[in-house]
Amino acid sequence: MNATVPKAQESRSLFLTLVRFRELSIIIFIILLIVIVSWNTPAFFTTTNFRTILLNISILSIVALGQTMVIITRGIDLSVSSMIGLVAMMVSFTVVAFPSVSPPLAILLGMLLGAILGSFNGLIITIGKVPPIIATLGTLSVYRGMVFLYSGGTWINSFQMPAGYRALAKADPLGIPNIILFAAVVILVVYLFLNYTRPGRDIYAVGSNPEAANVAGIPVQRTIFMVYVISGLLAGLAAVLWASRFESAQTNTALGFELQTVAASVVGGVNIFGGSGTVVGVILGAFLLGTIQNALIMVRISPFWQLAAQGLLILAAVIVDSAILRRLQKLGGIGE
Amino acid sequence: MSAASNESDNRKITISRQQLQEFFLRWEWLLVALIILVIIVNSRLSPFFLNSRNLMRATSDFVEMGLMILPMAFIIITGNIDLSVASMMAMCASFLGYLHLQGINIWVAAGAALLLGLLAGALNGFLVARLRLPSLVVTLGTFAFYRGMAYALLGDQAARGYPDSFTYLGQGTVGDIRFPVSAIILIALAIIFGLVLHKTIFGRYLYAIGNNEEAARYAGVPVARVKMTIFMLSGLMSALAGIIIAARFGSTRPDVGTGLELAVITATVLGGINIFGGSGSMIGAILALILIGLMRFGMGLVNVQGQVQSIAVGLLLIGSILLPNVIRLLSRQEWQARRGTVVAAASMATAMAFFIWFFFWSRIPLLTP
Repeated sequence: MNATVPKAQESRSLFLTLVRFRELSIIIFIILLIVIVSWNTPAFFTTTNFRTILLNISILSIVALGQTMVIITRGIDLSVSSMIGLVAMMVSFTVVAFPSVSPPLAILLGMLLGAILGSFNGLIITIGKVPPIIATLGTLSVYRGMVFLYSGGTWINSFQMPAGYRALAKADPLGIPNIILFAAVVILVVYLFLNYTRPGRDIYAVGSNPEAANVAGIPVQRTIFMVYVISGLLAGLAAVLWASRFESAQTNTALGFELQTVAASVVGGVNIFGGSGTVVGVILGAFLLGTIQNALIMVRISPFWQLAAQGLLILAAVIVDSAILRRLQKLGGIGE
Repeated sequence: MSAASNESDNRKITISRQQLQEFFLRWEWLLVALIILVIIVNSRLSPFFLNSRNLMRATSDFVEMGLMILPMAFIIITGNIDLSVASMMAMCASFLGYLHLQGINIWVAAGAALLLGLLAGALNGFLVARLRLPSLVVTLGTFAFYRGMAYALLGDQAARGYPDSFTYLGQGTVGDIRFPVSAIILIALAIIFGLVLHKTIFGRYLYAIGNNEEAARYAGVPVARVKMTIFMLSGLMSALAGIIIAARFGSTRPDVGTGLELAVITATVLGGINIFGGSGSMIGAILALILIGLMRFGMGLVNVQGQVQSIAVGLLLIGSILLPNVIRLLSRQEWQARRGTVVAAASMATAMAFFIWFFFWSRIPLLTP
């Protein structure tokens, strides 16, 4: 029976089953969580509260999508949090010093600075042949140190910021806060990019099998360089939104955030060994993280338990994944 | 017979010459040279650098890191990683503090903390070795989980009021030069770990797994048991680091050692241990710890902020792998001035120049009164 089905096709359908199962299982988990928490705490199941959750996960979704593209190419970008910290500080300094810089220009500036920082990562990894985890571990501390070097230890507070800049993330001319719209646009663009454009498909090809991709004429190094630039660009966008939303730029802005972005990707089913991952999965992963965080606050569990819950969630996700994969492999007759 | 032995003699000589060459081209010598350079530069910059009392006090700042580097070297040599070391350290230190606040004898509490570390490492080991999950993801999860448990144990309070007999572990010194007790513990353990890595079958297993796990398994290496052991060792040593840091500070807060895991990995990799596994030496890792320690100590003396110091450490980490690669690239490849290459290089240089200019220009208005 199995012999009639080509192996590649079989493993592909296996993978698709896993992906669908994963997305479905996150949705079921989210629904269960919502039902249980709403049962105890009526205030949880309200429009206002869902607005809060969406506000909280907007920035996470934007950065996690960049992280996802990097992970699909078998890399990892640990420096996103420091890029956010550095760009938030630089753009905030600029708008305070030159209030004539309009909010859209601030966004563009943030994306440009982020993309340049990302291109440093890409250069070190592609030309310098430094393993991604080492390269971005290094720039994680370099960029964070540069925040201190740049600001001299000072910070930008709410009173200094121009009103337009502060309103950037929170204003809702279309009925929905801008920050959610930004996230929605990024999600849509990344979805189209990854699924319907050639460079987007190349990312999967490079991650699945770099040698085969090279033989097939895909510019492997250029694709890898590109994902780090995109990751930086999205971190730069997130940085401006972060500074606007929290009305401040501090030396410790987004400290430790890199792990949340990796968590959202991994919980969303992105394979840490590269080659697979979907936009829908990652957004569901980010939503699950955000919902749990919010639920813990709503049911008045000490905020000190939040981090532990997040860690357990990541562990649960990888354990469930491997169990399903093993079961599917047994059913499909593909031995390891 | 005599011809054969003659031949093997010849081979021995050539091999030893090759070994001699390899010996002098080793990464460790570069680290030694860098250490000497740092000592010379720093002693020029600050008259307080070569003060033995200062040096000894600075030494104790790096003991906890060193304790976690030892098992990290084992883990990275097998091609795995443990991101949860600093979280385990914080969890065990917090557990110790929590038990102390409950009125439990401090030494019983310390024993319990060690046991907790062993259990925490065993969970990592079980997930990596038995369920065959990637160590990066597993320890990323436990990184958050264990740190979360530290917060859950102590909340926003700090445990303090440890007896003097306990704080001696972290603050006590020996002899006229005030050599820290904790550093003696580290040196003893470093020798043991080094011997295990380089002189025992267990050590050979680590390299075998790092080079080719499947081949090692077929060769009869008990892969799962070895992995389980090294992750449990990592937990145990992190717990010991937690006990010593609690003794050194005389108090415990759940956020103790945040980000220290990255410093530990940086030192291990800078020490020449291949991040993909299979090669590296314990001496290299220890030399890297000394190098980073001296650099940070020297920069601290000339009032460079801790966060700015990390720029140097980060650059050192990247540079240690980047420079040899770039030199190899430049010497091997024939450079053709293709149009694409020129355009790419030019745009990269422009971007870099713009960034540097903007970095210094945009901070002027707010920082000059």
